[in-house]
Amino acid sequence: MMNYFKMAYRNLGRHRRRSILSGLALALGTALLMFIAAFFEGEMRSSMEATLRLNSGHLQVQDADYDPDKLSVAWEYLIENPQQVAAQIEALDEVQAATPRLFASGIVSVADESIGVQIMGIVPDSEANAPYTEGLVSGEFLSADDREGIVIGLPLAESLGLKVGDQLNLLVNTSDGSVDEQLFTVRGIFTTGTTAYDKGIVFLPLAKSQAFSGAENHASMIFILLKDREQAEAVAAAIQGPGYQVKTWTELNELLVLVNDFSDAYLSIINLIILGVTATVIVNTLLMSVFERTREIGILSAIGMKGRQVITLFLAEASLLALGGITFGSLAGWAISAYYGKVGIYFGDFGMSNDFILQDRIYTILTPDAALNLIVTAFIITVLSSLYPARMASRMEPVEALHKAQ
Amino acid sequence: MEVAKLTDVTRIYRIGEVETRALNGITMTIESGEFTSLVGPSGSGKTTLLQLIGCLDRPTSGQVVINGKETTNLNRNQRADLRKGTIGFVFQFFALIPTLTAYENVEMPLLLNGKSPSERRKRVMELLEAVDITNHAHHRPDQLSGGQQQRVAVARALSTNPKMILADEPTANLDTENGEQVMEIMKKLNKETGTTFVFATHDPRVIKHATRVVTLHDGLIEKDSKQ
Ligand SMILES: Nc1ncnc2c1ncn2[C@@H]1O[C@H](COP(=O)(O)OP(=O)(O)OP(=O)(O)O)[C@@H](O)[C@H]1O
Ligand SMILES: [Mg+2]
Repeated sequence: MMNYFKMAYRNLGRHRRRSILSGLALALGTALLMFIAAFFEGEMRSSMEATLRLNSGHLQVQDADYDPDKLSVAWEYLIENPQQVAAQIEALDEVQAATPRLFASGIVSVADESIGVQIMGIVPDSEANAPYTEGLVSGEFLSADDREGIVIGLPLAESLGLKVGDQLNLLVNTSDGSVDEQLFTVRGIFTTGTTAYDKGIVFLPLAKSQAFSGAENHASMIFILLKDREQAEAVAAAIQGPGYQVKTWTELNELLVLVNDFSDAYLSIINLIILGVTATVIVNTLLMSVFERTREIGILSAIGMKGRQVITLFLAEASLLALGGITFGSLAGWAISAYYGKVGIYFGDFGMSNDFILQDRIYTILTPDAALNLIVTAFIITVLSSLYPARMASRMEPVEALHKAQ
Repeated sequence: MEVAKLTDVTRIYRIGEVETRALNGITMTIESGEFTSLVGPSGSGKTTLLQLIGCLDRPTSGQVVINGKETTNLNRNQRADLRKGTIGFVFQFFALIPTLTAYENVEMPLLLNGKSPSERRKRVMELLEAVDITNHAHHRPDQLSGGQQQRVAVARALSTNPKMILADEPTANLDTENGEQVMEIMKKLNKETGTTFVFATHDPRVIKHATRVVTLHDGLIEKDSKQ
């Protein structure tokens, strides 16, 4: 076996530049694939994370008639005594945080500029607000009994020229179908890293939002985070109650879950395409060597080398190329992924739908599983595709050697 | 003892519509220990005949028996197996593997025959000694002269102690001195080990050494004489 590799190594050395180039093609393919895999993983994880943390939570308890698209604060759509319900749920072991939230639609105006927003009434000290409190860029977060304070997102603040301490006029659609308005003082400005989300939402303390919108002792939902999201079904079953509906994160994010499930298949297709291209380069290189070495193969055959051994010789060449190319490529792919895993890739405002939040900056994540998978696949595809030129070589008749010697 | 026996062998090459009758019905036997020359004008079928004796090719019709074994129906791998223990080749253009050193070229058939490293080493050194290449053992073919390359090729052909060595114009690309040296080596081996040699050649210096001269013409044996 050693001898095959020794011969293979020297044969590759005969056309050093060609060997290096085809090794590089393989390296490039591998590196590219690793980066794509890392990018996908990063994107999927970040959008999953952002969607769950900002939008859906792991579970939501809603009134049986609640319609998330309406943002109506009419009592018939809302949960009564939400603080009490939330406290009961939060007492469960599996639950990390359960907090009432009230959604209403409103319009923010400063001077003669107006922007439509979603008003979210929150219990300020709930753990579930971590993405906002941690993302505070200036000022401070709300306190529960603040009657004039509001917290807004950075893009909204920028577009309206608002700073902490400035005042804005907020108009709200109330539960009786009319409107109300009031001046609020900006207490804090936050960013979650998703511009599309930050520019369309403002926070009021739950009590203030209830009073302001006429929702009184009601909330749109109990927003629940679990210690382990896989337990969503079990907890949902446990907190079922008459007049409520409990929705799990998989139900709330059907599209996202679907995309997540498909991303593996999607990635596999990309892998096959790119590896197919690189394999073609390798096959081409080997075919050239086979043609150039017709005579030599004939000689080897004349002195007793069997077809199988000729195949082994060419497979050894392919393996060495693969080993070199893939090693180099995975190192490069790993380095690039590690780099962009640290600094991220900035895409800016993606836009946002209700069930899909993409962050402005995506951090690549290369999992050992994905890397190993790729390395093994690339190796197997390269060696398998070299079977064709190898078999071709093995079928050459030794007569060629004597004939060409004339 | 018969090393090779050919009965009514023909070989017709077909390229498109064109048929070339390279051999037209050859019947001959080669006895163990012979030192035979195949001679004849260009195109008379010498190389073709050598290829058939060496199981590198199959006849269009007729029988080729090597070492008592009928070869006509053997497949590519079976023929390779038969060759590697019993037949050695020396080609006109030296035909060494360019990536391997002189030593490794001679070692190759031994490797293919599954000989142990110590056996291989001993045999290769012995052979390089015999063809006087010991000083150049670790040179690659392109670092050797034509005569040295052909001597390495002879050593390679001999490495597995084949019963028969087939050589196609072994001296055609060598000057008088080198040609003579290669012939001397083969002659000596023929005497000492009884190895059978068959040459295809135009070279009077080779024919001079032969114990038997077979003259071909248009794919037929025109003359077969012992000398
Ligand atoms: N592979 C081949 N395909 C077609 N025709 C061939 C092939 N090999 C040999 N021939 C033809 O067969 C005939 C005999 O060729 P062969 O090579 O045996 O002659 P030769 O006696 O060795 O000649 P030379 O002295 O020139 O080497 C020639 O007419 C040649 O053109
Ligand atoms: Mg010839």
